[in-house]
Amino acid sequence: MGMVTGLGAGKEINEAGFREGKTAFSPVTFFDVSKQRVKTAAQAEVPGQSPSKRIMPKQWRRMDRASRLLFIAAEEAWEQAGWQSGERLPMVLGTTSGGMNRGEAFYRQAITTPEKSHGQATRVVQYQAQRQVLDIVEALGFSGPVTLIANACASGGNAIGQAFEMIRYGDAERVLTGGYDGLCQLVFSGFDSLQALSTTTCRPFDAQRDGLALGEGAAVLTLESLESAQSRGAKILGEVVGYGAATDSHHLTQPHPQGDAALKSMEEATRVAGITPEQVGYINAHGTGTPMNDGAEAHAISRWAGEHAAKMRVSSTKASIGHLLGAAGSVEAVICLQALAGQWLPPMRGTQTADPACKFELVREAAAAKLEYALSNSFGFGGANATVIFRRWS
Amino acid sequence: MVVSIIATGWGAVSPAGWTAAELSAVMVKGEALPVEEFVRQGTTKTLRARKVPKPAARQAYLAHPRLRRTSPISSFAMSAALEAIGADRALIEKGELRLGVVFCVMSGCVNYSRRFYDEVLREPATASPLVFPETVFNAPASHLAALLGATGINYTLVGDPGMFLQGLAQAAQWLQRGQVDACVVVSAEESDWLTVEASALFEPDVVVSEGAGAIYLKNGDAGSVALEAVTDGFSFNDRASRTLAATQMQTELSQTGSADWLCDSRTGSVKEDFAESEAWSSAMMPRWSVKKVLGESFAAASAWQCVLACERLASGAAKSAAHVSVVGCNQQAIGARWVKA
Repeated sequence: MGMVTGLGAGKEINEAGFREGKTAFSPVTFFDVSKQRVKTAAQAEVPGQSPSKRIMPKQWRRMDRASRLLFIAAEEAWEQAGWQSGERLPMVLGTTSGGMNRGEAFYRQAITTPEKSHGQATRVVQYQAQRQVLDIVEALGFSGPVTLIANACASGGNAIGQAFEMIRYGDAERVLTGGYDGLCQLVFSGFDSLQALSTTTCRPFDAQRDGLALGEGAAVLTLESLESAQSRGAKILGEVVGYGAATDSHHLTQPHPQGDAALKSMEEATRVAGITPEQVGYINAHGTGTPMNDGAEAHAISRWAGEHAAKMRVSSTKASIGHLLGAAGSVEAVICLQALAGQWLPPMRGTQTADPACKFELVREAAAAKLEYALSNSFGFGGANATVIFRRWS
Repeated sequence: MVVSIIATGWGAVSPAGWTAAELSAVMVKGEALPVEEFVRQGTTKTLRARKVPKPAARQAYLAHPRLRRTSPISSFAMSAALEAIGADRALIEKGELRLGVVFCVMSGCVNYSRRFYDEVLREPATASPLVFPETVFNAPASHLAALLGATGINYTLVGDPGMFLQGLAQAAQWLQRGQVDACVVVSAEESDWLTVEASALFEPDVVVSEGAGAIYLKNGDAGSVALEAVTDGFSFNDRASRTLAATQMQTELSQTGSADWLCDSRTGSVKEDFAESEAWSSAMMPRWSVKKVLGESFAAASAWQCVLACERLASGAAKSAAHVSVVGCNQQAIGARWVKA
């Protein structure tokens, strides 16, 4: 697996950051936020020069910010997995806005110098998510069908769930999966226009929370069947054991207050995993820090866990790296796998007074813990809900 | 993949009108529809597009609170999906039928995205919070679920025109696994000067159009048309590999059996059509090229191709099997086989 977030590039750097409770927020520098209510986000460091022999300098210059993040995560995962170039592999990824930075640039040029088309064709190509992904496929040297799920902020979770189902039902032996999104002006301004961004500090599940913080990044996982992994002597990092998805038709941007669809999604994932809620040792919540989301999710978790709710340990790592939109579910999947492998609980600093709806324990400091299963929730605009459950490999 | 799933309904919105029957009628006639020319404000460029005509009456679904302010793409998607779903709508609304939704798109909600970003560039403090959520790719799929009260699995897939066929394969998998009782697969696109200008950078002679297509799939045998196979998606990166991908798709599709009708994705541009023309150069069956008549509507066009396949088989114009060939603009070549059930 590979990941890049505002905490840095690479899963080890990120794990160390989460263990220390670091946060990655800083003033946004690469587009104008001077007239926005909020001026910070968890920006990732994106190399100006190609970091790999797999991508030529000219190609790197053409690539959108989001493509670059995706490549960094994909290459890390690819190298760790030891998969070989030349294979035919399906790829399933989630994104919300693909190469929106390139789309924005196209629009700005179209309205400022409408008679000039220099560079516009490249912008059109790099704007399209399928082209971004095929560039990565080509760089890593494999081929195969590409599926791009754009279920808003649940996309990363849906992508991993979809890849899991492909393997589970025998449609594929191996799938490269994950999610990616880069910060861009349109989306940043969109969340700001909704007054969904925190003007203070992102504090998921805090009674005084006032919104989310945006971030950017990517995470990629190499999923394969147990037989395939064992036959080639691969180092197994963890198991995906359950996936559920449901749709909340309450409102385009607001969840049902009692978290009905979130509950359905979690119930389906536990059913598929063949486990009961009390077996789940850690929940990486969607936990954006908005009043609406966290309230609904708190109700959903409490309803799902029932009498075991008080023993549930929950955190939202968005407090450290912000909301990564289409990358959130995949980055949080990697965090769950790291927690299971290292037997620790990822903390959520900043949250002080728990919302009364939280009938569960909020993890505020990194701590050692015995974990067998971890659950990750991802919810999005349009009522997209996805839950993925992971198991420690032993 | 080889499947056997019944299509019990289909729907379309196109420059021909707001039904699948109107789409079929203009294709039977075979004459390219008139092109609308317009000049974008602030430029001297003449742009060309084929637009969906205004409906004869305001659609009832627009009264739903979700849809009052919605953009054309959502309206197109609703109309095509509801036509496809037909009488089963009542069962879905009563919760008696688990519906899956697959919405496929390439350009997406362009009108509202352009409008919102324009507002951001002018004055971010007053950019509309009502417009932004409509810019998200999955907004039409979400509206459809809300309209029908469908709470099951719902995917929005982004890609080139071949994505609609991938969506069909996805739906077939959900049905075969018993995850849903029925699934509607929808593609929709809306035209805008932005997409017209962008498209013209690559194919200046191809006319951009808009609309939607939908197919409603179920298990069982109560229907006249079945989806029998969807080929692998053969990805390509350049012109040479596009030709190879088209040939691979044609070979795999032909191996599923013979067909007596073909609907391809050629646009009328020699350069753009080369790969697909080569791949099907020895094909002898009657053949329609929907984009030559209606224009390039990206993901919606591949849905029209499948809708037409269903229409031809249901009407008996195609006796036993119809093939749909999609060689997309920048991602994949993929085909589907439809048969008389």
